[in-house]
Amino acid sequence: MLLIACPWCGPRAELEFRCGGQGHLTRLTDAMEVSDAEFARYLYMRDNPKGWHYERWNHVNGCRRWFNAVRHTVTHEFHATYKPGEPKPDLPRS
Amino acid sequence: MSNGELRLPTGGRIDRAQPLRFIFDGAGYSGYAGDTLASALLANGVRLVGRSFKYHRPRGILSAGAEEPNALVELGNGARREPNLRATQIELHDGLVASSQNRWPSLDLDIGAINNLASRLLPSGFYYKTFMWPPSFWHFYEHFIRRAAGMGRAATEPDPDRYDHRYEHCDVLVVGAGPAGIAAALAAGRSGARVVLCDEQQEMGGDLLASMALIDGAPAADWVARALGELGALPEVRLLPRATAFGYYDHNAVAIVERVADHLARPGPGLPRQCVWHVRARRVVLATGAIERPLVFRDNDRPGVMLANAARVYLRRYAVACGRRAVLFTNNDAAYGAALDLRAGGMDIAAIVDLRADPKGQRTEAARAQGLRVLAGRAVIGVQGSKAVSGVEVARLQDDASAAILDREQIACDTVLMSGGWTPTIHLFSQSGGKLRFDTETAAFVPDRATQALRSAGACNGATRLSDCLAQGAAAGAAAAQDAGFAAAAPPLPELDPDLDEAPMRHLWVVPSDAPVGHKGKHFVDFQNDVTAADIRLASREGYRSVEHLKRYTTTGMGTDQGKTSNVAALAILAEATNASIPQVGTTTFRPPYTPVTMGALTGRTVGPLLEPARWTPIHRWHVRTGAVFENTGQWQRARYYPMAGEDMHAAVEREVRAARNLVGLFDASTLGKIDVKGPDSARFLDLVYTNSWSKLAIGRSRYGLMLRDDGYIYDDGVTTRLGPEHFLVSTTSGNAAPVLSFMEDLLQTEWPHLKVRLTSVTEQFAVVTLSGPMARRLLAELTRDIDLSPQAFPFMTLRAGTVAGIPVRVFRVSFTGDLSFEIQARASHGLALWHACLAVGEKYGITPYGLEAMHVLRAEKGYIIVGQETDGTATPDDLGMGAMVAHAKPDFIGKRGLKRAELLRPERKQLVGLRLADGEHKPLPEGAHLVNDPGLPPPMPMLGHVTSSYYSPTVGAPIALAMIKNGRARMGEELYAPLPDRVVRARVVAPCFFDPEGKRLHG
Amino acid sequence: MDSKGMADAIPRLGALDHLGLAARAHGEKGAAGVRLAERRFLAKLNLRGDPNDHGFMGAVASVLDGFEPRIIPNTAVHTGRFDLLWLGPDEWLVVAADGAEAELEARLTAAVAPHGGTVTDVSESRTTIVVSGPNARDVLAKGCPLDLHPRAFAAGACAQSLVAKVGVILHRTDTAAPGEPARFELHALRSFADYLWRFLDDAGQEYGVTVMEG
Ligand SMILES: [Zn+2]
Repeated sequence: MLLIACPWCGPRAELEFRCGGQGHLTRLTDAMEVSDAEFARYLYMRDNPKGWHYERWNHVNGCRRWFNAVRHTVTHEFHATYKPGEPKPDLPRS
Repeated sequence: MSNGELRLPTGGRIDRAQPLRFIFDGAGYSGYAGDTLASALLANGVRLVGRSFKYHRPRGILSAGAEEPNALVELGNGARREPNLRATQIELHDGLVASSQNRWPSLDLDIGAINNLASRLLPSGFYYKTFMWPPSFWHFYEHFIRRAAGMGRAATEPDPDRYDHRYEHCDVLVVGAGPAGIAAALAAGRSGARVVLCDEQQEMGGDLLASMALIDGAPAADWVARALGELGALPEVRLLPRATAFGYYDHNAVAIVERVADHLARPGPGLPRQCVWHVRARRVVLATGAIERPLVFRDNDRPGVMLANAARVYLRRYAVACGRRAVLFTNNDAAYGAALDLRAGGMDIAAIVDLRADPKGQRTEAARAQGLRVLAGRAVIGVQGSKAVSGVEVARLQDDASAAILDREQIACDTVLMSGGWTPTIHLFSQSGGKLRFDTETAAFVPDRATQALRSAGACNGATRLSDCLAQGAAAGAAAAQDAGFAAAAPPLPELDPDLDEAPMRHLWVVPSDAPVGHKGKHFVDFQNDVTAADIRLASREGYRSVEHLKRYTTTGMGTDQGKTSNVAALAILAEATNASIPQVGTTTFRPPYTPVTMGALTGRTVGPLLEPARWTPIHRWHVRTGAVFENTGQWQRARYYPMAGEDMHAAVEREVRAARNLVGLFDASTLGKIDVKGPDSARFLDLVYTNSWSKLAIGRSRYGLMLRDDGYIYDDGVTTRLGPEHFLVSTTSGNAAPVLSFMEDLLQTEWPHLKVRLTSVTEQFAVVTLSGPMARRLLAELTRDIDLSPQAFPFMTLRAGTVAGIPVRVFRVSFTGDLSFEIQARASHGLALWHACLAVGEKYGITPYGLEAMHVLRAEKGYIIVGQETDGTATPDDLGMGAMVAHAKPDFIGKRGLKRAELLRPERKQLVGLRLADGEHKPLPEGAHLVNDPGLPPPMPMLGHVTSSYYSPTVGAPIALAMIKNGRARMGEELYAPLPDRVVRARVVAPCFFDPEGKRLHG
Repeated sequence: MDSKGMADAIPRLGALDHLGLAARAHGEKGAAGVRLAERRFLAKLNLRGDPNDHGFMGAVASVLDGFEPRIIPNTAVHTGRFDLLWLGPDEWLVVAADGAEAELEARLTAAVAPHGGTVTDVSESRTTIVVSGPNARDVLAKGCPLDLHPRAFAAGACAQSLVAKVGVILHRTDTAAPGEPARFELHALRSFADYLWRFLDDAGQEYGVTVMEG
């Protein structure tokens, strides 16, 4: 069970959270103009790295806030958790 | 041997003032408090404790700990019977009942032992080779294989015991309370850090409890007692004996199973039998010790062949001599220490057989000096006796170690004590993701690089000397506490006996004899799975060169012990056979649990009435008292129908539907999700999350809304009411309330943070009571004076506040039945009073409570959809005939672009229709039934769609169905067919509305 | 909805009334390690607003005995009449005596609305289960993943988490005075209250459970 640091509440047990998938995806503002193929890429195509991954989490059984995280998909190490709107941190080297 | 003969008159850590009676295989024995079942059996001269898995060979106790592969017993009887427990870890209590496994009809006379005689027919992979074909026969074979192989019998009755789980947090978790673990706990605990020290044994101290070493001039056990006394007095230190750390998970989450009451003859009330601790530790110190390795020689599995250190433990801790006359067989110096200890305890050591040609260490010298007979450069090439050892044959090894045939000598003995070196217990380290390194000198995998916040100390880290164990433990404990923010220091080492020089080991993985391996007897590698050296070599010849393949093919390392005593030897033999080095062959991955954990412990208290949280509406108790049949929808327990005497579900639902259509029905709609939306941008926000428009909705008016996902498919629906200029009340489907709130919060917090909108779940603030049916207005009029109920004053889709039966309420004129309906919201605590008031006044109108099932029929008659029933995650508003609800002119809303995708605009999409069945069909179609044009075609025939809802409609007087059919709206009047397993049903496509299509009742 | 006078005569049903807790309640504490009680019908208001807006903070303080909402996560203030619990960076729970909600909602709304604050009555959404006694922490540890050790969860701390899979707002309400046993208020959704109570009652058996007056 992961220990996840909510940017507000601090480290809490994984069962208080729900993962919201890949982070830093912005809703298309020109969606009506893009092609179906482009829109499908926006809708369905996600990174699936073996390694560091930007993702979103919701402290659903806590403060109800959504936030961002950088997690390693193999070791589950969290490099950072941060509030929405805060800049995307650089990935660690390893 | 008679009872008690092997118990020494003095010594040990047993309590001789507390004799205990126990039963093994039906015979009564006695032991003492402090005994394990294994030590008590040995004290009583019981050698034969089980039969092996495959060959049913007689087996005795091999070890004194968690690694035991042989002495698996069934404990208890009836509902408390538990199989596959290690006798070496069962703490004796008065009245304990145990029996051996894997034997029929009795341990002494075992029919399955014929497998041993036929063992040439049971090579590695035997089961795969023999029972593979035809594949459909596997379940037939499996039945017999399992019974013949046998791994004990689980109880068939419900478990009467209670089990617990608890969360624990600490700065430093120390696993293992041997010298390293205790030193670590002391160093960390003295700093004030929160420390948990757990140990799998009943008594903490590990090897020190059996040691003859002096610490600070006193017996090692005294040092243990002092240290535990100090730790016990520290307020932030928790000692957990009888607690096995079995799983190391992410972020230093360690699962520990504590045997709380297993050792108690009569556990106290309320006490759980076992408790699983979910520990989250800032830092972990692993001090899990090491496991002695057997040697692989011919017939090394005879009862009486044991690990050398285990014999020392039985003698020193339990005052039990494992036999009278022992031969030690070793490849290292440590066994000499055991030999000296055992002789000091009164055992006769016939000889020490050492594989090394010329062992020269301080211990070997001491043994020689004390007159022990050392046979160097020799091997035990065979063991005499079948159910008990009666002697060994020893021979000199040839120079190339290919055989041992010279200088043969018979030595009479009743015990063979073997020592093949030590395997660090790296299971938890490996589970944590740590990387291992192979140490060639000790031929062992040791911790290399940790990937979690942990340290290894002591024997599990490859240390062999007491001084190293204590020093590593103290350093690890201090460093762990420092990492957790405490000013900790490693305490100085206590005064110890001087370290002894040790001669190097000799690794001879298969001890040769006078015949090729596999002939004239068996060289066992894995005792529990009956895997021999010959099996591994055969598997290698057959091409199983990866250790993972080897494991699965031969079953080595599987079973309840997971190869704790066999893994290294199996790897080494495979390495030799493939001309590779051991690290090249690799090691298997260790997974939880370290030792087996009962299903009861894993389940904890979530059984029976506490299985899963159940949600009750404020009116729940009335439903219970009335005899409602309940249906779980999500966690909510909802009344499905209210049967009257003699009614089945069909009859009850029909009565309820008729009453709601013809008179008035009463429905508990409290589970409906309710979200309070406040703020100046509320209408703008709703415009963005629903397909339709909200900005112009007047205060006090309600509107049905459809919510899509970005992909354009329907996500949720419900009625939303404007309560004020900047205040809305959104309703969601019951099951989707929490996800919809989370979805909306996501958008507000991350996508549109500039919108000033606040969402609060108020689902549970209100009880919701629905009155539906032609008499609803007259009934309600009797209960309220301050709400004008006339259709002109209170039209459909509006809201009025006031009182009903004196209760402050909001009344919504909405309907999910298609009839005149009033949805009355009261504070939750007033819900039952409101319900009672409606019932009391309603009696003369024939008021009838209706449940979820009748509600489903009523809404299906009207053609109202249920998200998740008519929709399957790929339905669009247009598919459901609700295309007009999409305000395409809005600049943006969730799903707007998605709706324009080619797939969603494709002609021939499935559309919602109604179905009427051919005359004479009285049974509703099954939901999910497929519809086709021509049932005469051979399957698979082209499918047109499927039934989404299907009921018998009392209003229509016939079965009805809703269905999603390709191009359905263009097929009105067409005849389709539903091919069912027993018949083909003809159905006519009709509009999806079977009741009051003009909406006269709704608006009336 | 606020015609409180008329509603006073209407019988109210608490989430745990079917358990007959009042009849089981003990005055004296006895030897039980765990004491359970229900505080029915406490007033509870969900308060939202911008903590960086001094106007909003001051408006709250003007109604709540001069106390501003806490900006430190997972802490609460006790004003004497009210508890003010942090729920999120712009969200708090105001807890007050039974019956106070209507007037308090009106006063708070009037005060904070000019500063963009909102108030929602959630009094009925949750009931309050009080867990106290020498083994209060032990019994909660059986269902709650939070670290409730005094070093991690000081007097006055509050948090939202799960107890026995049920979402709750926990509030440590003892003052950590020497000899004073721990006391936790669990504001739990009304629909789950029966399950949660039965879980705590069962989990406490090993320490002994006494039902107390709320
Ligand atoms: Zn949080």
